[in-house]
Amino acid sequence: MPIIKTEGLTYVYGEGTPFCKTAVDNVDLEIDEGELVGIIGHTGSGKSTLIQHFNGLLKPTSGKVFIDGEQLWKDKSRLRDIRFKVGLVFQYPEYQLFEESVYKDIAFGPKNMGLSDSEIDKRVRESMRMVGLSEDIMEKSPFELSGGQKRRAAIAGVMAMDPKVLILDEPASGLDPKGRDAILAQIREYHQQKKNTVMMVSHSMEDIAKHTTKILVMNKAKVFCYDTPVNVFHRSKELEQMGLAVPQITRVFNRLKAAGVPIEDDVYTVEFGKKLIMRLLENR
Amino acid sequence: MLKDITIGQYFPGKSIIHRLDPRIKIILIVAFIVMLFIADTFFGLGVGMVFVLGAFLLSGIPFKMMLKSLKPLMPLLIFTGLLNLLFIRTGDVLFKWKFLIITKLGVTTAAFMIIRIVALIIGSSLLTYTTSPIQLTDAIERLFSPLKVIKVPVHELAMMMTIALRFIPTLIEDTDKIMSAQKARGADMETGSIIKRAKALVPIFVPLIVSSFRRAVELALAMECRCYHGGEGRTRLKQLKTSFRDYAAIFVTAVFITGVVFADKINFFI
Repeated sequence: MPIIKTEGLTYVYGEGTPFCKTAVDNVDLEIDEGELVGIIGHTGSGKSTLIQHFNGLLKPTSGKVFIDGEQLWKDKSRLRDIRFKVGLVFQYPEYQLFEESVYKDIAFGPKNMGLSDSEIDKRVRESMRMVGLSEDIMEKSPFELSGGQKRRAAIAGVMAMDPKVLILDEPASGLDPKGRDAILAQIREYHQQKKNTVMMVSHSMEDIAKHTTKILVMNKAKVFCYDTPVNVFHRSKELEQMGLAVPQITRVFNRLKAAGVPIEDDVYTVEFGKKLIMRLLENR
Repeated sequence: MLKDITIGQYFPGKSIIHRLDPRIKIILIVAFIVMLFIADTFFGLGVGMVFVLGAFLLSGIPFKMMLKSLKPLMPLLIFTGLLNLLFIRTGDVLFKWKFLIITKLGVTTAAFMIIRIVALIIGSSLLTYTTSPIQLTDAIERLFSPLKVIKVPVHELAMMMTIALRFIPTLIEDTDKIMSAQKARGADMETGSIIKRAKALVPIFVPLIVSSFRRAVELALAMECRCYHGGEGRTRLKQLKTSFRDYAAIFVTAVFITGVVFADKINFFI
């Protein structure tokens, strides 16, 4: 059974006004448990709107959403439980910090779940470790932290709810290259340890190619494709027509092949590309 | 929920009313209010009504919008009506029941007051419908500029108003985002006692205030980077100019004010 399933999901902003706009158009999707899904698409392609349906923050204009087999919006009182099941980290999540200490802020979610103090304590410490925050900042005010630390604390706040699905909207945006690599690596590690489903929106093809097991491409409010990275980047021509770039390394290999070099063109990580080049050089 | 709030109910258009100099528009609205208050007969009030309804027709604003602007003030209208109806005890008695006395004078005064207030609301909403908030603050700045002589910081006040108007939609958007983020962490704002609900607002307000301060600092810096240093020697891109249609509007208003005075007189003779 897929963990997330949508049937004909459609969402229209400002319905009935002159400004109405279809943000998500008739989306049918099945996401299996344990995947690490990367979501890419142009600005305004409906990515953020789509993910807000998965934890019941937005109510579909038409169509259905199923989480773990349960249909959302059928019983409104169940929504809060669904939100604990599907953790959503918004873009720039550091703007949601509000408590007087990092510890209390991370504990906000678990506390709302009504867990015992010892369980909350365990979860806060575990999720801080997961995002690489040392325990000695626990009693600090979240507003004293650096930008990267704030981001980590905010992500930890959602991780601490131990959701079955963790969705992150551009978790690395606005961070320096070192910070973004670190955060993405930690998300991947979280996925490997917990073996749960993780979805992540990103604009960087390199990040998506490096970290994910499946890619969802959104284009003009519709799902363009949902497939493995190899299959998705294989359609590089179509992606480029949509204004999305394939990873730089894929472009290099496409050009090499076009120039007559006997090489595969399904390359989307630098490591794999390096291996191919080395092999090619050895066999010469 | 928050998206439903409309502030600055400007209704873009190109009608003659839209194109009037905003300064003149404000002055004429003041003249209109004076007009309503010198009218003390139904005739005079009728002339005022014709004036404002004519202006409304010229502006091309849907009739529906006029009713919409009246709706929030309904309680006030009803209250004023009832007050006049029940507490004026002079004149011919129309109806009497225990301590309730309704007189003819009470009925006419209540009707008179209600019509006057309705006309007032229509007139002032016409101003906000046809003038963008920026134009309005610009005009207010110009109209009040003589006060600079007595050291009133007119430009600064107008700038504050402009910034406040500019940031209302931004703050609404921020609030929406923060609310979604906290809801995603299981914040519950809809159920529970009043105290519980008030407490549930803390996770919304703290980040909102923090982000407002951040925006304020950024805006101040951006303004300084562009050499903003107050109103001294500042020129404008859009100069306010009075033209023929403004003089025409002043003339028409003057005619109507005279009309009101005459209508009141005629009423006396009948």
